Amino acid sequence: MYSEKVMDHFTNPRNVGEIPDADGIGEVGNPVCGDIMRIYLDIQDDVIKDVKFKTFGCGAAVATSSMVTEMVKGKTIDEALEVTNAAVAEALDGLPPVKMHCSNLAADAVHAAIKDYRDKHQK
Amino acid sequence: MRRVYLDYSATTPVDPEVAQLMMTYYTEKYGNPSSVHGFGQEAKEGLEKAREQVATLIGAQPTEITFTSGGTEADNLAILGTADAQQKKGKHIITSAVEHHAVLETCEYLEKNGFDLTVVPVDEEGFIDPQAVAKAIRPDTILITIMHANNEVGTIQPIAEIGKIAQEKGIIFHVDAVQSLGKIPIDVKAMNIDLLTISSHKIYGPKGVGALYIRKGVKLTPRVFGGGQEKKRRSGTENLPGIVGFGKACELAGERMEEEEKRLAVLRDKLMDGILERVDYVKVNGPRGDKRLPNNVNVSILYVEGESLLLSLDMMGIAASSGSACTSGSLDPSHVLLAMGLKHEVAHGSLRFSLGRQNTEADIDYVLEKLPAIVDRLRAMSPLYDQILHNNAKVQ
Repeated sequence: MYSEKVMDHFTNPRNVGEIPDADGIGEVGNPVCGDIMRIYLDIQDDVIKDVKFKTFGCGAAVATSSMVTEMVKGKTIDEALEVTNAAVAEALDGLPPVKMHCSNLAADAVHAAIKDYRDKHQK
Repeated sequence: MRRVYLDYSATTPVDPEVAQLMMTYYTEKYGNPSSVHGFGQEAKEGLEKAREQVATLIGAQPTEITFTSGGTEADNLAILGTADAQQKKGKHIITSAVEHHAVLETCEYLEKNGFDLTVVPVDEEGFIDPQAVAKAIRPDTILITIMHANNEVGTIQPIAEIGKIAQEKGIIFHVDAVQSLGKIPIDVKAMNIDLLTISSHKIYGPKGVGALYIRKGVKLTPRVFGGGQEKKRRSGTENLPGIVGFGKACELAGERMEEEEKRLAVLRDKLMDGILERVDYVKVNGPRGDKRLPNNVNVSILYVEGESLLLSLDMMGIAASSGSACTSGSLDPSHVLLAMGLKHEVAHGSLRFSLGRQNTEADIDYVLEKLPAIVDRLRAMSPLYDQILHNNAKVQ
């Protein structure tokens, strides 16, 4: 059903947790559809110094959350904005078709966190 | 690694005695029961013996048993066959919100094709109120189709009461008993059932075979036309190895039912109580006690999602199932749990363990040992659990 990479990230998710006083927090999904992803960013000079996540959801939701944290850590926020949901799925060697829509929102959560950061810092 | 199969409501292993009998019908008694010669006649004997064995388990006459390819086909034959045969009398069908998809989808197909459908709701434990069924009856009602026991939560419906109501009004009463067969007693006469769906692979028989009990005198239009097998009710050369296997499985289930029912109920309660003791924020789905199938445990583990639970359990060798959307192939969680009033997020965290013949107390202990740590790990990742801890802290 899932690729080895998905199972690896589900079993040993990277960067689980929260960042106290995070510079940006993004949340996507809702409990009704069964997936909620929350991303915390620590940003210095427009570079993502640290990233953590918390996710309620299926194996794909956890694995994509974990994968996206690895993909954006150390990147500038402009680079992170170029990471797409599709790229996350690809980095995991693909997801079952039914999961592509409902559980593949991790990049959106990162983008939401960046938007949160920008909103806070541009007033 | 230890492997614990707790998904017997999905399917069961074939009993070795059943498999052995089936083999002789693949390699030795391979004749076509419709043939005149000896090969055909010994196959025919096997077919008719199986019909008796199946009939005995449900209190029917052998002539009232029609073999099909499984529970789904039997449901389709019962509903579509009745609708077709009775449509001059009326076009109204009554069913419930917690039926198996083989019933619901078939009823919805009829609804799209000119029939009226009333879907009776259930209470928070999944029970149908017989009075709600009585109230839904109209002059043009031709069929009431209600399951005996629910596949997800194990709720056992008051079938005899509903059967009495249907009989008084002269309405055909179909019951899907796929989950209850061999687990709790079924008596089609005492329960006033006209049509009863049963399946082999849920009772340690082979897959690909089931049956529809059709009470003597009930008219059905066939769905499969051809050589006129099964008294023209279901054409096609009989799946003889499957059918004799199903017959044997029925015989064995009948012999073992009383003892097995008690044994499984003890294990069921041990598992359910054990989960409630060891894990916080757990909701039992369905009733407790003797109105629940003896082999069914269904709980919602709040703030975690079902598929994640299943994957984690599977890594420990434990096989279970869930009503989460992620396991249903759609975006919605189980229609049964939603009909019982569960919120989506609670339904997404549902976990079903269905017990069977090979389970022991040690299996239950193993699940109770592994499950709490799995839940802890997933909750540590869950933003929903955070909120709860946070809100509780505020309350204190």
